[in-house]
Amino acid sequence: VIVFAILGVLMVASAIFTVTAKRPVYSVVGLLANFICLAATYLTLQAEFLAVIQIVVYSGAILILFVFVIALLSSGVRPFDVGPNRAPHILIPAAIFAAVTFVAIAVTAVRTPLPAASKATQALAGTTGDANAFGSTSDFGIALFTANLLPFEVTAFILMVAVIGVVLIAGDQDPVTGVSRRRKRSGIRESVVKPSRGVTLSPSKGERAS
Amino acid sequence: MSVSPNAYVALSSMLFFIGVVGVIARRNPLIMLMSIELLFNAANLALVAYARAWGNNAGHIFAFLVITVAAAEAAIGLAIVAVTFRRTRFVDVDEVSALRG
Repeated sequence: VIVFAILGVLMVASAIFTVTAKRPVYSVVGLLANFICLAATYLTLQAEFLAVIQIVVYSGAILILFVFVIALLSSGVRPFDVGPNRAPHILIPAAIFAAVTFVAIAVTAVRTPLPAASKATQALAGTTGDANAFGSTSDFGIALFTANLLPFEVTAFILMVAVIGVVLIAGDQDPVTGVSRRRKRSGIRESVVKPSRGVTLSPSKGERAS
Repeated sequence: MSVSPNAYVALSSMLFFIGVVGVIARRNPLIMLMSIELLFNAANLALVAYARAWGNNAGHIFAFLVITVAAAEAAIGLAIVAVTFRRTRFVDVDEVSALRG
């Protein structure tokens, strides 16, 4: 109970910090604290595999992605700062919407019937670490690759589509014309440089390809 | 000794609430994306809490799939943010109105 209270307070505090931070970098730090606390909460819920996945995927991959994008964008002309948020003129509808959401979730949560301290839950207590216990990696893996194999494969497909989409959206080449976007945008500078560089560079590329 | 699932779900709904406020009230696209991650995490916490309550690991599977889809979503969202910023130099989602949304 004490662990849950500490983790809950930390998670809410870091989430509030994430939302209210002035700069995105501080926000990322708050989000990192939130993810780590959430992973610890998963451990208290006997979801060991999900705790590890949470650390690896969220703290390891997604946050690094955020940090990269922030670093990439803040090297531009204008400092990548936040400025004022939308709060002054949208505060009332936002508060109403958020309160309605909160109340709806809370009411639904309270009304949902639960097997209060059933035999299953009692049997689950303290079995963390056993090979075939609830929430262990082997339990998770058996469920994932037998009963839920199709969702797993669909997820793989979604990831592939996401990778291709990211390459198409953010890649250097325009997907339709095949023209390099970078060259197209800085056309003036490119035309100045071209006579000296284009002649020597393109044959060597062709040679290397052949 | 063990915490009731309702406490976990209450915590989850509080996180969801904070994330909703973040999505609505902030203008920085990066912080909006992070708030969306908060929403995903709140949903995951509820899923795992109910999975624990029922002794059924289908919630774990679903939370795992949600994490995967969240990774894909973050990648695409950040790519869109990067491209938009490269093109317009705006960091305010209200100023990016080329689609007249």
